[in-house]
Amino acid sequence: MSRIVVGHLFPDYLNIYADRGNIAVFARRAAWRRHELEVRPLGLGDEIRPGEHDLYYIGGGQDREQALIAPALEAFGEPLRAAIDGGAALLAVCGGYQLLGRFYRDRSGDELPGAGLFPLHTVAGERRMIGDVLLECELDPGLRRTLAGFENHAGRTFLDEGAKPLGRVLAGFGNDGESGYEGCRAGRALGTYLHGPLLPRNPWLADWLLAQAIAHRTGKPPTFEPLPDEFEAAAHDVSAARAYARGGRY
Amino acid sequence: MPLSAEVLFARAAGRLSRLAGTGGGTTVPGKLLWKLDPGAVDRLAARLPQGSALISATNGKTTTSAMVARILSPSLRLAHNRAGANLVSGVASALLSASGAELGLFEVDEAALPEVARRLRPRALCLGNLFRDQLDRYGELELVAERWRAAVVDLPVDAQLVVNGDDPQVGDLNATRPRIVFGVDDPRHSSEELPHAADSKWCVRCGTPYAYAAVYIGHLGDYRCPACGHTRPPLDLSAREIQLNGLESVSFSLETPEGARRVELAVPGLYNVYNALAAASLARALGFRLDEVVAGLEGFSAAFGRFERIALGDRTLLVLLIKNPAGANEVVRTLVAAGAPKLLLVALNDELADGRDVSWIWDVDFEPLLGGLERLVATGERAAELALRFKYAGLPSESIDVVPELDAALDHGLELTAAGSELVALATYTAMLALRDLVARRGFVRPYWEEAAA
Repeated sequence: MSRIVVGHLFPDYLNIYADRGNIAVFARRAAWRRHELEVRPLGLGDEIRPGEHDLYYIGGGQDREQALIAPALEAFGEPLRAAIDGGAALLAVCGGYQLLGRFYRDRSGDELPGAGLFPLHTVAGERRMIGDVLLECELDPGLRRTLAGFENHAGRTFLDEGAKPLGRVLAGFGNDGESGYEGCRAGRALGTYLHGPLLPRNPWLADWLLAQAIAHRTGKPPTFEPLPDEFEAAAHDVSAARAYARGGRY
Repeated sequence: MPLSAEVLFARAAGRLSRLAGTGGGTTVPGKLLWKLDPGAVDRLAARLPQGSALISATNGKTTTSAMVARILSPSLRLAHNRAGANLVSGVASALLSASGAELGLFEVDEAALPEVARRLRPRALCLGNLFRDQLDRYGELELVAERWRAAVVDLPVDAQLVVNGDDPQVGDLNATRPRIVFGVDDPRHSSEELPHAADSKWCVRCGTPYAYAAVYIGHLGDYRCPACGHTRPPLDLSAREIQLNGLESVSFSLETPEGARRVELAVPGLYNVYNALAAASLARALGFRLDEVVAGLEGFSAAFGRFERIALGDRTLLVLLIKNPAGANEVVRTLVAAGAPKLLLVALNDELADGRDVSWIWDVDFEPLLGGLERLVATGERAAELALRFKYAGLPSESIDVVPELDAALDHGLELTAAGSELVALATYTAMLALRDLVARRGFVRPYWEEAAA
């Protein structure tokens, strides 16, 4: 049994697509394995001390809320990078994913600087990309798994040369609707447009992130006993079928 | 085609739709008329001798307009889209099916409001609240607010504007024009804090978090910005001394410039106090007296699928519509106040009218139900997602039955309900329609198009 500390960035501002569902999945799945998990909100005026948190989470917000916290998040860029270099893991969803890139260029051409954690930038587009999505990921070499979620974004995200996506789009739009890729992976930091929320339908990803967090805390990766995930599998399959039937269409 | 011929043709199409068994035909004639001649809607509305009144809100449109109809109908013949078909086509259909109507009373979809208002040139507009709702369809809250601001600016100069002062976004609409402002004034019913998914927490003028003297529903309450001083506007109509009576009823003192009157509503919950305040304010704007307002509100029972008790042999089915976090939170709050049920049927669909994106169920505070809940029947197209919502809230998996087919789920729920007791069902919009349809086919309730015509 070990203790996991999650740093939840701006929970009051970035919570639009049910981000607390993701947090609930971390908390329950940790508890079912008899680990203790504590969520600490990180907001305006707080400080990130690398090493304090094992896992970071940042969700999405509406434009107005995102603009309110963008400067504070930019200032978190350096300590976040240091924390992740030190072995902490991170999941960024939707708006949080965009804001952790290098910059976001809005419709009038103005650039909102990002935290620079992910090697990418985002440009506001005309039409929103909305619908269920299905990805294939290979976070551990040789082990391919799928992620099912829902995307709703007007921003087109472009990865820098050589940057790694989170997964390949099997159905849906993905980062920019054209590249065939979705999200970004920078070591133990993962960014994605998929909400829904993401983790209840894809518990393997929650377990992967929890395992990174425990390894950060204890120095060795845990072995997790499988949990009964029938509802999770059923919800994943409905979402995947939706992605094939109607994802990736304007 | 002249207007009269278009009207006849479109009405015939509605009857055909019902005969063909494809649905209620509540939007078919309007859609057809819309295709034939978009300007016909404007001309039909212009024929109404008393003009039109419009109601929009994220939550409470159908109930508020049903309450207004109850107040107005003894004096006026109405064209009213009572089954909730609230896009331009639904308004057109209501205009078509109500020959001889004197006044148009229409609930209008939030996003469709600018266009409907432009075409109908209403004499009164009532705006209730703005909550996050179906982000995949409406976009972000700020977008809808922007459309409303434009619609209000474009209103005819002599049109009456009625707004909910407790909602910072709505209460700030066109604050310079004469308006009727309503709100709740009973801090005893304030929540401890803003709910998890509160929307307009930041000052609409300067972005600072509001300080609340009272929070009633979601972000609705008595707010004040500590930085710039933006505050709830003075209330013209308000509710005081609210008495909540479980799932049965609610009563309050309706305070108006004409005096105060006790009102007993036959529907429950604080959210229905807001609906009644909106209805009373709109009726007043249309020139109705306090006596008529109170009589109408007290004669109101329930709007279509919003809080319906249906007798099914020796059991009853209570159907409650859920469609977004703010509305569902109030349904949960009302259920819990009445003693949380042991058995619950919840139906989640993801059709266009429900919202394709079901993530909103994770923003609903279902947790207070867990105190008494022993069994959940999860149904609808996204039944498994619903099961996950309750599982991760802490309900043991063994207490959750996933039955995606609505028919089978209803049977299962009724089997688990003792004779003489009530099965509580929460359902999203299309699931609610399907549930009513199922019950109608079993002969227990009239189909909705007959009710709309009644």
